[in-house]
Amino acid sequence: MTPLIEAKELVRIYALRHGPFSRPSFVRAVEDISLSVFPGETLGIVGESGSGKSTLGRMLLGIDPAQGGEVRFEGQPMPRLGTPEWRALRAKMQLVYQDPLAALDRRQTIATQIGEPLDIHRIGPRESRAGRVEDLMAAVGLRPDQAGSYPHELSGGQRQRAVIARALAARPKLLVCDEPVSALDVSIQAQVVNMLSDLQEENGIAMIFISHDLKVVRNLADRVAVMYLGRIVEEASSDVIFQSPRHPYTKALVSSMPIPGKKLEGRVILQGEPPNPAARPSGCAFHPRCPVARDICRTSTPALRSVETGRTAACHVVADNAAIAA
Amino acid sequence: MASIYPATTQPNARQRAGFLSSIRRNLPLSVGLGILWLVAMVLVAIFADRIRPYGITQMDLTSRLAPPGMLKHLLGTDELGRDVLSRLIQSIRLSLVIAFGATLLSAVFGTALGFAAAQFRGLVEHLVLALADFQAALPFLIMSLAVLAFFGSSMVLLVCLMGFYGWERYARIARGLAISAGAQGYAASVVQLGATPARVYLRHILPNVASTLIVSMTLTFPEIILMESGLSFLGLGVQPPATSLGNMVGFGREYLTRAPWIMLAPAAVIMLTTLSISLVGDWLRDRLDPTVR
Amino acid sequence: MIRFVLVRVMRAVITILAVMTFAFVVLRMSGDPAEVMLGPDVPQNVIEAFRKSWGLDQPLWIQYLAYLKSIFTGDFGVSMRDKAPALQLVLERVPATLQLTVPALILKLLIGIPAGVYAALHRQSFADRGVILLAILGFTIPSFVMGLLLVLIFSVTLGVLPSGGQETWVHGILPTLTMSVGGVGILARFSRSAMIEVMGQPYIRTASAKGLKWRDVVWGHALPNAAVPIVTIVGFMVGSLIAGAVVVESIFSWPGIGRLLIVSVSNRDLAVVQCILLIVAATMVVSNLVVDLLYGWLDPRLRSPASH
Repeated sequence: MTPLIEAKELVRIYALRHGPFSRPSFVRAVEDISLSVFPGETLGIVGESGSGKSTLGRMLLGIDPAQGGEVRFEGQPMPRLGTPEWRALRAKMQLVYQDPLAALDRRQTIATQIGEPLDIHRIGPRESRAGRVEDLMAAVGLRPDQAGSYPHELSGGQRQRAVIARALAARPKLLVCDEPVSALDVSIQAQVVNMLSDLQEENGIAMIFISHDLKVVRNLADRVAVMYLGRIVEEASSDVIFQSPRHPYTKALVSSMPIPGKKLEGRVILQGEPPNPAARPSGCAFHPRCPVARDICRTSTPALRSVETGRTAACHVVADNAAIAA
Repeated sequence: MASIYPATTQPNARQRAGFLSSIRRNLPLSVGLGILWLVAMVLVAIFADRIRPYGITQMDLTSRLAPPGMLKHLLGTDELGRDVLSRLIQSIRLSLVIAFGATLLSAVFGTALGFAAAQFRGLVEHLVLALADFQAALPFLIMSLAVLAFFGSSMVLLVCLMGFYGWERYARIARGLAISAGAQGYAASVVQLGATPARVYLRHILPNVASTLIVSMTLTFPEIILMESGLSFLGLGVQPPATSLGNMVGFGREYLTRAPWIMLAPAAVIMLTTLSISLVGDWLRDRLDPTVR
Repeated sequence: MIRFVLVRVMRAVITILAVMTFAFVVLRMSGDPAEVMLGPDVPQNVIEAFRKSWGLDQPLWIQYLAYLKSIFTGDFGVSMRDKAPALQLVLERVPATLQLTVPALILKLLIGIPAGVYAALHRQSFADRGVILLAILGFTIPSFVMGLLLVLIFSVTLGVLPSGGQETWVHGILPTLTMSVGGVGILARFSRSAMIEVMGQPYIRTASAKGLKWRDVVWGHALPNAAVPIVTIVGFMVGSLIAGAVVVESIFSWPGIGRLLIVSVSNRDLAVVQCILLIVAATMVVSNLVVDLLYGWLDPRLRSPASH
């Protein structure tokens, strides 16, 4: 089976200027990332803020151009941002935002906005579009009488439902969700996540779910990639990675996940500074905080390689252990 | 602010009464009078041909320099016995049309350039900003004076010149607002839906920034009236036989001692109109747009 | 900081050059000065000779290069009418204009700023409303209306002040008054809102909470901070010291730059008009530059490009 979307060796470097004339410092937001997502599959991407996961999501959609490497969608290279081909491709891939209020136009009713992709991509006859909007609203759990509401008249959860309905309007094959529930109340989060999951299953949409919340990702994702300072440090199926994390960073993350009814035991508490993307440590970026770091970790950047079937990791220690075990 | 009054939550019948009284309470007297005056001016401009008692060049040689107050010529006559009221009505129309046309021109031009700067960034943006700096540093009155004198004044040239006045403000505002809308907000999300730039700017960004642009228009409008009347006063703006408020004052100046009413009537109209726009504009700005002061 | 200054100076120079070029091209394109200067009934060979002697027979870009070259050697051309050097003609008029604009500027500062500050300190009072209304009235009255009203009252009706001419300082009273009214209004309104903004800042509340005398809070903390934006407006006013007098000089027959401009413009005296435009633009640009630099020095945040 060919992957729906495939990324190879993606690189994105931001130049940060502190003043008009100071020398810019460079932030390697995304470095050498390869991944693929198959139709109908859900890939979770987890990491702390500043790990480059949002940038990666935008690069996969072609909103942020790749400075190195390439993205292929259905086997075709990603067209350049802003070209008619790029715009046409938006009918097949959509983004769900963290802040639904910012993503909606406060001067248009939500029905107009949900139907906008239909107008843009000229999907279906004009008369049938109102019906499609009604269906979409029902599918995401919005009442028909809310069609004429403006974004500020809705609750946060309802706004996010409207954003999701708009994203689904053109029947995309890929949905990138960038922290879609982290701005919502905890009580609403589960509803929205369940709804997303149902809609995905019904429509066979592939999803890339970006979050710092491991619980949500565990429930939703088939596979999970863990990011640290612009690189994927470990990738495996959701069950595998949460059952037996191998990379020291993943171990720390997973050990901090509370499990209902269980005392938090054997928790790995990370030492040192939280990661600063502008001052990336040499060698393995994680080494200053790593409990098992060796000399080689300070000088040489570990590559992401297969350490066992269905699992890749970027760690000298894990790779050595895997070699010994083999 | 209206929400602190119970009117908005009351049932329909009382709501209307509440709404009116809330307007009365929220609208200062000066702003109310300003709005009334502006409405009157617009009506005068629209129906100028109907309400004008005489033609503007029609001379009544038997009553030259007649003082105001007489039934035949309410505001008196000028040195050729032409009715001041009729000329005033025609002048209001012309001055308002010029100022309105020029304000629109400058708003459209400036907004388009501002959007272009926000859309293309890079070289285009630098160019627009440099042009805006240039415009702001230009001694505009003196420049237009020279241009009008050298080219010979015509209506089209006058409106076009005035239409260049103040565009840089719209350009800066439009650029700033478009960039902030595009950075993470609704505009970016519509781009991401696959919308063309035209759709993004016309359907989404423009309606969202319109209130701020309208507020800037209330700032430019009186300035353009003042500039046009100043140029006409100096004899370089509107040319006879056409008449505008400024050139009425200019011609009336020669009869300042003998017939001050020729000059006072248009002077009062200019003052009241610019004053009303400034008052209403200030009030609108506080209401619509807390970000601009 | 040095690069900040350099960039601003570069931009100022480019702006002046642009104004110069714009004036040159637009004015030359507008028509043939020969016909205006000499009248319609002059034989062709005289017109040809006139054109030749003023270099008007050359292509525009050659004229432009020659113009640039002479400007950089300090030669601003010769008046086609008086045959005197344009620069000299213009500079002769500068003192007369400054005699009006400098006292007017002082009046604006002395009345406008205290009125605005007072209004801000007594918000919502009767005085505050009065100041606002008078201020708006002040800058919505066109200067030619103001001038004529003053003439009507003080010269025509009361007969106490002269309505035109430049013989004594008494002649300067009405034009100076006329010129300062608008500026007083603008400054009063601007200092009022600057002061209100500053008074709402946390450090003012801190200063008065720690027991500082109210007078010391106002003079020691509020005024210095409100001064920053007020300085900008004053800078613009200084920039228009030379340009701001066209209408008023024309009303009161005051022989300054404004009058010279009106006369030269109607005579199509290219060299003089260009010289005036250049000097006016240069004063404005230079004072904007000074304000810019002062501002950058006072408030380092504005040095970042985000301030556009």
